[in-house]
Amino acid sequence: MRQTIKLKVNGVERQDDVEPRMLLVHYLRDRLNLTGTHVGCDTGQCGACTVLLNGEAVKSCMVLAVQANGAEVSTVESLARGTEYHPVQQAFWDMHGLQCGFCTPGMMMAAVGLLKRNPNPTDDEIREQLEGNLCRCTGYQNIVAAVRSAAEKMQSTPAAAPVTAGASGE
Amino acid sequence: MAVSRLFGASVKRREDPRLITGHGAYTDDMKLPGMAYLAILRSPYGHARIKRIDTSKAQQHPGVLAVYTGADLAGKLNPIPCAWLIPDSDLKTPPYPALASDTVRFTGDGVAMVVASSPYIARDALDLIEVDYEPLPVVTTQEQAAAPGAPQLHESAPGNLAFNWKFAGGDVDAAFRDAEVTVKQRFVQQRLIPNAMEPRGAVAQWTPGADEVTLWNTTQNPHIARFLLSVVAGIPENKIRVVARDVGGGFGSKIPFYAGEALTVFAARELGVPVKWIEDRRENYLATIHGRDQITDVELAAKRDGTITGLRVNALSNMGAYLSTAAPGVPTWLFALIVPGCYTIPAYSCDVKGYFTNTTPTDAYRGAGRPEASFLMERMVDLLAGELHMDPVEVRRKNFIPADAFPYTTVTTLTYDSGNYQQTLDKALEMVDYQGLRQQQQQMRQQGKYLGIGISSYVEVCGLAPSPAAGAMGFQGGLWEPATVRVLATGKVIVLTGTSPHGQGEETTFAQLVGEDLGVPVEDVDVIHGDTGAIPMGWGTYGSRSTAVGGTAIKKATIKVLEKAKKLAAHLLEAAPEDIVADHGRFYVQGSPAKSVTIQDIALQANLGWNLPKDMTPGLEESHFHDPTNFTYPFGTHICVVEVDADTGEVKIRRYVAVDDVGVVINPMIVDGQVHGGVAQGIGQALYEHAIYDEGGNLVTGSMLDYAVPNATQIPNIETARTETPCPHNLTGVKGVGETGTIASSQAVVNAVVDALSPLGIKHIDMPLTPERVWKTIQAAKASPTGAN
Repeated sequence: MRQTIKLKVNGVERQDDVEPRMLLVHYLRDRLNLTGTHVGCDTGQCGACTVLLNGEAVKSCMVLAVQANGAEVSTVESLARGTEYHPVQQAFWDMHGLQCGFCTPGMMMAAVGLLKRNPNPTDDEIREQLEGNLCRCTGYQNIVAAVRSAAEKMQSTPAAAPVTAGASGE
Repeated sequence: MAVSRLFGASVKRREDPRLITGHGAYTDDMKLPGMAYLAILRSPYGHARIKRIDTSKAQQHPGVLAVYTGADLAGKLNPIPCAWLIPDSDLKTPPYPALASDTVRFTGDGVAMVVASSPYIARDALDLIEVDYEPLPVVTTQEQAAAPGAPQLHESAPGNLAFNWKFAGGDVDAAFRDAEVTVKQRFVQQRLIPNAMEPRGAVAQWTPGADEVTLWNTTQNPHIARFLLSVVAGIPENKIRVVARDVGGGFGSKIPFYAGEALTVFAARELGVPVKWIEDRRENYLATIHGRDQITDVELAAKRDGTITGLRVNALSNMGAYLSTAAPGVPTWLFALIVPGCYTIPAYSCDVKGYFTNTTPTDAYRGAGRPEASFLMERMVDLLAGELHMDPVEVRRKNFIPADAFPYTTVTTLTYDSGNYQQTLDKALEMVDYQGLRQQQQQMRQQGKYLGIGISSYVEVCGLAPSPAAGAMGFQGGLWEPATVRVLATGKVIVLTGTSPHGQGEETTFAQLVGEDLGVPVEDVDVIHGDTGAIPMGWGTYGSRSTAVGGTAIKKATIKVLEKAKKLAAHLLEAAPEDIVADHGRFYVQGSPAKSVTIQDIALQANLGWNLPKDMTPGLEESHFHDPTNFTYPFGTHICVVEVDADTGEVKIRRYVAVDDVGVVINPMIVDGQVHGGVAQGIGQALYEHAIYDEGGNLVTGSMLDYAVPNATQIPNIETARTETPCPHNLTGVKGVGETGTIASSQAVVNAVVDALSPLGIKHIDMPLTPERVWKTIQAAKASPTGAN
């Protein structure tokens, strides 16, 4: 038994038949080949699979593909505009906010979601709002620094703050 | 002297652009035409006899290609070997079958596997396999396993004893006989789950006719994986290519060779289709190795002035159900030799017993043996200080190996290469304003508040090599490293390394090394790692060895390239080679910089081969195989300042200062990052993490919900600083930094908490220092007139 879903992923309209039980993260990775979104636990604890669903950061292993029917989904692949990185990407690079890179796409998408809700967070707020995203490499220090740095840049140049859901495409 | 431009600079990482855009190449990202998916059925029992397995329903399930049990592997897949055969220890290595045929020995032991057209179908079919188990009695702790009459795991290991390894140096009995004071303590190093964010997995592609296999694998050491796969699957080594392009963290858990990758290759060979196996997190918790799990009984002998005269350690290690690849070396060699730490201890003995239990096998987890060593030594120093009413700083100073005593040969026969322990201690004390803190502590105590200061001075043995030492310790491999530096016709450079970084940033560090010497931009240097098809050999990334060993190999190959480049420059400039100066990519006759050729000019000419000196071969590529003469010995002092809430037992870290000396630093940004991450894992062990089994052998902490991987709110900012004492026996002076943070930190936290609670008579609390544990200890101390312990 399959179900047809229509959704917009990274600005591109998609229509697919999927099993109702298929997780959104598997739809993105296996069907659309968007392998930048990673699976770290598939039980909603690690946050590696975080994407934006209608502009809000969600764990895509906790969402069925059919629940995303009609929605707009943004993955890490949509963050950069050509060769111009999103301020969050740039800050993760500048501040050494990643090591093995596995949690990074989810961490950055969570950070993008965080900065939409709270454009000028304190360090404590950054830590609290990223507590659903686990990183085993960095001790979080440079991740916090990266999010703070991105926030400062996005505040000073609001034009440099893209990613409303699906606004930028591949 | 030429100005250094790349060496020592915080160059942004070359690996990051692909990783921040979602274009990394992790094993699970690999997709091949016609790929099938493997899932493994795992034992729900800690110990049971398999009476019957019925796979018929699973085999008939639509989309299932094949179902295999242990019986199907006979003659095709050998048991998973242990590769660290410690000598003189009566080591027992009972067979570790990739799928159990008659007995399961831990929850998570493989029983059967399904290969199907989709991962969902493979999982569905697992549920259709019927297994009748006859449960057997279970032992989960080393003490239970050692008890008379305990259930036995392996016929070939009576009393569940895997090995008994001993070391003794100096006259320990005399030290205790003559001791003016002795201190005793039992320490429990709890079991930990490594939790690399990327679960383990494998993709195997078999080419019939060629009879060769490519294995994409989440490994820290692809050449070791190739070697062991060859042994397990009976495939000639030259017919195996192992690829580990991007690996999402390892922390030791991706060193071993596991059943999962062997089964993936087996299925690909049987079925002639590419096969992918990716574990889920639950499976990772059950079937990927665990770390630590050691109980130590320690006695220390000293004089009343604080001079340590002897140390005696008895250790019981929980090895799990089978011996994992490097497991026996961790609680023995990697632990015992470095126990005396920074101190001149003349007499020391260590007895280590490893036991089989019905638990997940243990093996190297970040630090591997050395965190256990530094923990017990630094706790004992604090206990001695408490016993003598001395400042813990003074006890350390009194016993430190003096800065002018290096190279220093310890009672364990290690020769520490270089060090200045006083310097890192002084710097850390200054950073925290130690005297001011002690005054503040007194004031706060008068207000009923508990401030604690924990000091940890450590030295570690890393840069794992030399190969003869590996052999003497029974490690069934070498620890040298090869490197190739290849300058292409356009002047761009390819570097091949046998190390296999998976987050440590060596694509950048090594590019800095080569770029500095050749005088090319860091962007022009690409470091190729993690591919046995491209790289001649290598022993991988662990033991903080990549830059010290692999980096030195690269440095030496680069020097050879420069020598050839100089000869060719001399030919082009019509000068004598000995008159040529290499100056950041420009080559000219000494004193005549106006007329020069660039490294790019030389690379082009070398690769064209049109006009070479008579005795010169074409190309500009050199290799070097490097085996160091000694380990390296990074050291430092970490200080943790905590406040303990006596009403709730909650520990709050107010400051964490890390002063490390890791030798010469190539990229300070990356080194800081390694310290941050290492300290976070040490704090995780000190305060949060604990893998727990129930009496039936079920892993109670079987998910990230139950096992506390620290999140962003639970780790403080780490203040880093460094002193720089170069390694004297390699060309770069680097020592290694991958494990220092973990080796230094747990005891800094525990020492701080115990220091905070010392007015209550509390002398020790076992990790993790959860609020519940701390609170209970406080309550017990308050209830007892003489203190809790």
